[in-house]
Amino acid sequence: MSWTWFHKLASPPHFYRIAGRLTPWFGWPAFLLIVIGLYGGLVLAPPDYQQGEGFRILYVHAPSAWMSMFIYSTLAISAGIGLIWRIKLAHAVAAAAAPVGAWFAFLALATGSIWGKPMWGTWWVWDARLTSELILLFLYLGCIALRASIDERDRADRACAVLALVGVVNLPIIHYSVYWWNTLHQGSTITKIGKPSITFDMLWPLLTMIVGFTLYFGAILMTRLRAEVIRRERDATWLREELAR
Amino acid sequence: MGLVYHGDLILAFRRWEQIAQPVVFFAMITTLVPLALSPELAQLRQIAGGVLWIAGLLAALLGLEFLYRADYADGTLEQMLLSGQPLALLSLAKTAAHWTSSGLPLVLVSPLLAISLGVPTDAMGVLMISLALGTGILSALGAIGAALTLGLRRGSVLLSLLVLPLAMPALIFGARGVDMAIHGDSARGPLLLLGAMLVLSLTLSPLAVAASLRISQE
Repeated sequence: MSWTWFHKLASPPHFYRIAGRLTPWFGWPAFLLIVIGLYGGLVLAPPDYQQGEGFRILYVHAPSAWMSMFIYSTLAISAGIGLIWRIKLAHAVAAAAAPVGAWFAFLALATGSIWGKPMWGTWWVWDARLTSELILLFLYLGCIALRASIDERDRADRACAVLALVGVVNLPIIHYSVYWWNTLHQGSTITKIGKPSITFDMLWPLLTMIVGFTLYFGAILMTRLRAEVIRRERDATWLREELAR
Repeated sequence: MGLVYHGDLILAFRRWEQIAQPVVFFAMITTLVPLALSPELAQLRQIAGGVLWIAGLLAALLGLEFLYRADYADGTLEQMLLSGQPLALLSLAKTAAHWTSSGLPLVLVSPLLAISLGVPTDAMGVLMISLALGTGILSALGAIGAALTLGLRRGSVLLSLLVLPLAMPALIFGARGVDMAIHGDSARGPLLLLGAMLVLSLTLSPLAVAASLRISQE
């Protein structure tokens, strides 16, 4: 198998153009799916027999939580690619993805907390899922902070890549220890909202939202990557020609 | 490797304050707890495991910053990189030396502090073993953080931000194990898990440290 396409993709001028062309292909479907998903989730889906209308925040909460994990794996994979094959664009992906991921982790926590208030009667419980999501947010913040404090771009890229890989090895350990910690500690007063067999009426808007959020991430990543490429290549002649067109 | 370990230890023991500071800090935090909560031993015993573990982790964090700083400043690190020796093994030796000079003293004074929190003597063994394993894990993980933040402004705050989330699993099982021992249960399970984590972090962290040190010297 020839790898030329891969290396070609990794060249900034080529990628800059491709990303520009791809953005609407991610953006519009994302917009459509999110609108459909929201309508399905907020209007069409039947209210939950236990939680009433309140459960509808699920349609933002669950996709955000999913995105926060999906983006961390994107971050780690691109960091690995960047370290191993020394592809600068891969580091740019990691740099562009980290803040988005942090926001999704924050959004998942915030919506979870808003959801928790009427359902559990409190803004925050030390539930296993909440706690591991919080730790994930800390990992994102560590990545962002490390990048921000190193001035040389090349060193920042590679240091953050190492950190992302260390984080990804630790993530399962953190995840499972938090679960065990939770089951060990308390005969939890709030039983987790286990996996209720969700009806199809409730499920399809959720899946639509998840796909929509993922595509949205694709669009936002492409846009951020273009900005990142401009920042990194600001002295290059191709960029001047490209922008002058 | 033995030489690096030995040399680092000699350097550490020549500078007593560097060894003493974390120990004093450890004692200080432990003293804050009864002052803030309640001097009643029955109540303190309930939280002793967690308190000792948090104080121990924070104290062990203190020294991490200096792990590679002097070597970075005076060029020893460059020599290590150029020496042709496997960098991962050298960094493992440095981590071991760091643990001996910062983690071990904490382990040794922990029973004293534990008594002051009303921990029964039967639980001392578990406390010391768990802290020994836990500070080992922290030294191994912290070495990565120290290598990544070499030569940065305000590196020490960043270091804690990077390392503490990674150390949370150790805290969970360590504090839990001590707690079980205080209540007279067998703490075998948490201690075995801590041991497994230590083995894993000792195996993988030197590789990450070596990569980070190379990055810092480019």
